[in-house]
Amino acid sequence: MANTLQTPPQSAPQAERLEAPPAAKRFAFLTDRKLSFLFISPAMALLLFLSIWPLLWLLGLSFTDYSATRDSGWGWIGLDNYIEVLTSPVVHARALTTLVFVVGAVALQTILGFTIAFLISRRVKGRGAITTLFLIPMMLSPIVVGLFWKFMLDVQFGVVNSFLDSLGLGRVEWLTQQRLALFSLVIVDTWQWTPFIMLIALAGLTAVPKYLYEAAEIDRASEWFKFRRITFPLVWPLLLIAIMFRAIEAFRLFDLVYILTGGGPGGTTETLSFNVYKVAFFGFDTGLASAYGILMVVVVTIAAQFYLRYLNRLQES
Amino acid sequence: MATHIQPEGLADKGIAGETVDPPVRRERKFGSGVEILLLTIFMVVMLFPVIWMLETALKETKDIYAVPAKVFSFSPTLDHFQNVFSSDSPVFKGFVNSVIVAGFSTLIATVLGVPAAWAYSRFTLKAKKDQLFFILSTRFMPPVVVVIPVFLMFRDLSLLDTRLGLVLVYAAFNLPFTIWMMKGFIDEVPAEYEEAAMLDGFSRFEAFWRVTMPLLIPGIAATAVFALIFSWNEFVFSIFLITDPDTRTAPSAIAGLIGGTTIDWGLVAASAMTFAVPVLVFAFLVRKHLVAGVTLGAVRR
Repeated sequence: MANTLQTPPQSAPQAERLEAPPAAKRFAFLTDRKLSFLFISPAMALLLFLSIWPLLWLLGLSFTDYSATRDSGWGWIGLDNYIEVLTSPVVHARALTTLVFVVGAVALQTILGFTIAFLISRRVKGRGAITTLFLIPMMLSPIVVGLFWKFMLDVQFGVVNSFLDSLGLGRVEWLTQQRLALFSLVIVDTWQWTPFIMLIALAGLTAVPKYLYEAAEIDRASEWFKFRRITFPLVWPLLLIAIMFRAIEAFRLFDLVYILTGGGPGGTTETLSFNVYKVAFFGFDTGLASAYGILMVVVVTIAAQFYLRYLNRLQES
Repeated sequence: MATHIQPEGLADKGIAGETVDPPVRRERKFGSGVEILLLTIFMVVMLFPVIWMLETALKETKDIYAVPAKVFSFSPTLDHFQNVFSSDSPVFKGFVNSVIVAGFSTLIATVLGVPAAWAYSRFTLKAKKDQLFFILSTRFMPPVVVVIPVFLMFRDLSLLDTRLGLVLVYAAFNLPFTIWMMKGFIDEVPAEYEEAAMLDGFSRFEAFWRVTMPLLIPGIAATAVFALIFSWNEFVFSIFLITDPDTRTAPSAIAGLIGGTTIDWGLVAASAMTFAVPVLVFAFLVRKHLVAGVTLGAVRR
């Protein structure tokens, strides 16, 4: 009887075996502090070398009359470059072009992207396949997109004009007619980036909890009421993220202009980015282009800060 | 007894015919027909340019310029694709260079980015949030602006017209994305795993390498695929930093095709398709992470 109260004799060696020998602490000299430095500094070094240092260089150049083609002789000219850029009527015109493009393209993309996402979110069957197909334009390189559309919008043998012709409507000079060329750019950009808004809106739409709709159903809420009071408010923050992201990217637009119109006709499709490129690589006025570029960087940085702060607030709530 | 007898016809309908469909149902069905129609229209519009380019790549040259355009009635040929891959093709070298540049830049971005992301995820650092925001905001810089000082810098370092230069630029360009994307994946791995491993006697580094790292492999693969796509598709740096036909990448080689007075659209279309197909395949592989990927790791579901 007394025996049963005693611990079984086998348990003693088992407990001893559980005490594992301490593993060899290799790399123990790497304290957390050293490790974080060792892990972060190479990445930071690359960024400093190819993102920060160039920008500082650009800032320095913006106060000079340096030109990349004549290496001798350059002097400090203070804020002259900035004054020239800010007072130039050409720059004002390009800024207006860029603004029209950004507002037009992003608005169109948002409306279409959200509509498509909304339609897809109401489908049950084949949702994955439909979404995947819709996403194709977004994944293509701007060079590919630009070439697709340059060919399709060609005046003589472009398929768009061919269709218009067979419908009895006249041919349209999509890329060479003033006013229309910028509109064509908006269309092409919309074609490529509507899927982006759609993808993010869809992520928001599928995250709306079902029980909200069920509750609304019980209260006999109309479809419109459900959309206005449940769907839209819940998707809006995510949609705004997408819109801001697109707006920043549209502001920098260069590649489509480069391939489709080359800034023409008569500079009506010249965005700020393209104008900087012309000043820097055709005018060879590197100092002026630098001041121009710095001003663009300031605009982008402010916009990016808004975007990131908003994103941060959203993630914390 | 008579109360038990139901009038004929109501037998299947229950009491007071409750199971008759409410009118809402029918309205919904009609609405969904309109929705399907709208979706189909959108789909056709979105996919038509891609299909048209594919058709152009497969058409004979005389059919390409046919007026009115031939949508269905043409005899397919692979001539243009053969021209893309032939030995005297102006774009084939570009593809090879693109593979090299995209591959190495992705490798560098991943090797530098993953440890940095881990450190940002696990340690409390001074102004961590600001550092991360700062890193991502470098990615928003207008490429045309950044390329001016980089061009001058590379001229001094004689890195212009070299693949190495472009590899470095793309690595720096992909690094913010890699860090943000990987931080998201690492945040999902509980830090307790590493702490448990450290209780067992591992050092912090070993805990990262042996415990967390194996769990991160799928995330690293997805991130690398996105970095690969971004470098592959990048256009502005590639046309400004390399003009030499021997070292230039595919985007500038393809853009070079439309520079002349006559444009061989069949070759352009075939090159563009060849250029686009790998991206589409890769994008399909990482479709689960697409939302995070296209927002540079900033939005996670």
